Amino acid sequence: MSDFYETGPSKPVTESIRVDKVSPKARRMHNIRAIVVVILAILMLIPILVMTQTAFKTRADVVSVPPTIVFKPSLEGFVFLFTERAIAPPGRIKALQEAAETGDLSLFDRVALNSGQEITGLSDYVGRLTNSLIIAGLSTVFAVVLGLFAAYAFSRFPVAGKDDLMFFILSTRMLPAVVVTIPLFIMYRQLGMHDTHIGMILLYTVFNLSLSVWLLKGFIDEIPIEYEEAALVDGYTRMQAFYKIVLPQAITGIAATAVFCLIFAWNEYAFALMLTSDTARTAPPSIATMLGRGGIEWSAIAAGSLGFLIPVAVVVFLLRNYLLRGVTFGAIRQ
Amino acid sequence: MTVSTQAQIQAAGQAQPQRKRRELSDRAIVNLFIWPTLILLIAWNFFPLIYSLFLSFTDYSAIANKPPQWVGFKNYADILTDTQMWKYFATTGRYALVTVGMQTILGFSLAVLVREKFRGSGLVTTLILIPMMLSPVVVGLFWKLMYNPSFGYFNFLLGFGNPVNAPDMLAGRFANVPVPNLALWAVALVDIWMWTPFVMLLVLSGLKAIPDYLYEAAAIDRASSWFQFWRITVPSVMPLLMIAILFRTIEAFKSFDLVMGMTGGGPGDQTELIAVNLYRQAFLGQWRTGRASALAYLILIIIIAISNLYIRYINKANED
Repeated sequence: MSDFYETGPSKPVTESIRVDKVSPKARRMHNIRAIVVVILAILMLIPILVMTQTAFKTRADVVSVPPTIVFKPSLEGFVFLFTERAIAPPGRIKALQEAAETGDLSLFDRVALNSGQEITGLSDYVGRLTNSLIIAGLSTVFAVVLGLFAAYAFSRFPVAGKDDLMFFILSTRMLPAVVVTIPLFIMYRQLGMHDTHIGMILLYTVFNLSLSVWLLKGFIDEIPIEYEEAALVDGYTRMQAFYKIVLPQAITGIAATAVFCLIFAWNEYAFALMLTSDTARTAPPSIATMLGRGGIEWSAIAAGSLGFLIPVAVVVFLLRNYLLRGVTFGAIRQ
Repeated sequence: MTVSTQAQIQAAGQAQPQRKRRELSDRAIVNLFIWPTLILLIAWNFFPLIYSLFLSFTDYSAIANKPPQWVGFKNYADILTDTQMWKYFATTGRYALVTVGMQTILGFSLAVLVREKFRGSGLVTTLILIPMMLSPVVVGLFWKLMYNPSFGYFNFLLGFGNPVNAPDMLAGRFANVPVPNLALWAVALVDIWMWTPFVMLLVLSGLKAIPDYLYEAAAIDRASSWFQFWRITVPSVMPLLMIAILFRTIEAFKSFDLVMGMTGGGPGDQTELIAVNLYRQAFLGQWRTGRASALAYLILIIIIAISNLYIRYINKANED
């Protein structure tokens, strides 16, 4: 405790010291600024709020003029999204009307009664969403695993022409998708990979690899090399050091990278549109084509988009601190 | 501990044969780790690039059973002499200029506004960032609903009650009178909405890196806040702002999903951006693979040229 008498204040502190010397004018400016930001944020979110709202509207509410702000929420959009329907025969409608008078109807019956359509089966959307999950999920796993190996090698070993190779890897992401699609289309048809899951998985893996290598290299660079050196001295092999030392420390970086790869593969439209037609078609092009069939069912489209948005929004919130690296291919440190 | 490990490191350094073996295995690890990635990139990016360069000099259709026929520079000459193509290039250029310009101005202003922390600023910043994480084609569909002349929210919020006297943005009409470029600006507005957060994010990180003492020193010297803004804030974020502009310009020339989701190039060819036209030539009904490859290469050359000019400019600005 003797240190305190040498370095501490010479007199005991009796009155409080102001550390927040902010003039009233500056404070007012601060508040105004905060209010302006909140208003701007709300303005920017209007389309997303509208989308959320539309997903829960009935068909009549969607097309009402002027748009209804307050309405009775319904799950009609979601039912339309997931089912295939046909015009119901009049007898069925009558039966439903009678049933409605006597007692409660199930959700599907109520939708059938309101729209005059009968549910005949599950819609394509379910299959498309499954495709999206398989393709986006597996391609993310491959991209992160391969990217992790490459990033480790680039980060820890002297590789001939390292800078050029890293630039080559980054430049592949700068190509317009359309430039490579034409030859890829021909290549895929020759190899029989057109409209296959494996073709799309490999394609998205490759397109995520550049991002994955760059991001992960940045994260691995920040892990002190001394840990591994110590482990090597203690008799670990390189691979053991990689698994037991580097991997656990890079786990947040891996998570952030995986999420960015997933978002890209999840949202991708151009390749999916040109290189798939049915079996391997993912959700984004199918949401776009839902416009065509039997009038525009906006609530179904909204429901489809909303289901598509929620995972991304959660992820953005959880990983807001890594966002910058993700959008700049890891070129910028935070 | 330090003494013993250092002794061990020295001992390991002197044990030549052992060290040699480890270097060899290191090289094996490097090859094992790097080559799968490089092979995939070469097969999926480099090879297609060479192949489409070859196709761009041929007359070929991907769905015909004829082999490609060499025609030299004919495809390039055809495109460059086609006035319609020049129109699409001009449309794309205007689109890029307006969207990137507005995104720069708005993104910069937003970043300056959210720089200072306030209660809940983290959440608000995250919310502002959501648009750029969405699927462009879904965004396109959504704005199509927003823009709907009778039941869309866009006209409603702007106070147009009667659909007859209101703008129909995507059809390029105002009260049923065609307005040139209205559809293009409608699409551009969505692009601006979607990507302003991207510019904001980059500028924000630049702003946060400015050390406080610069402002303190300026305040001591009684520099006006205007002077502080131009002499401290702007130069400090310039490099990041330039990167943001470069990325957005490249993306603007690649713009495809958003337009396809909203207008598909219409009405007429008002929103026919060059990437949309490329898709039309390569796939939709026409299947002119050779010509489309040539067009793809022209777009690539433009993107590379713009990026190079930018990078050169950035480097020069950094030297000054």
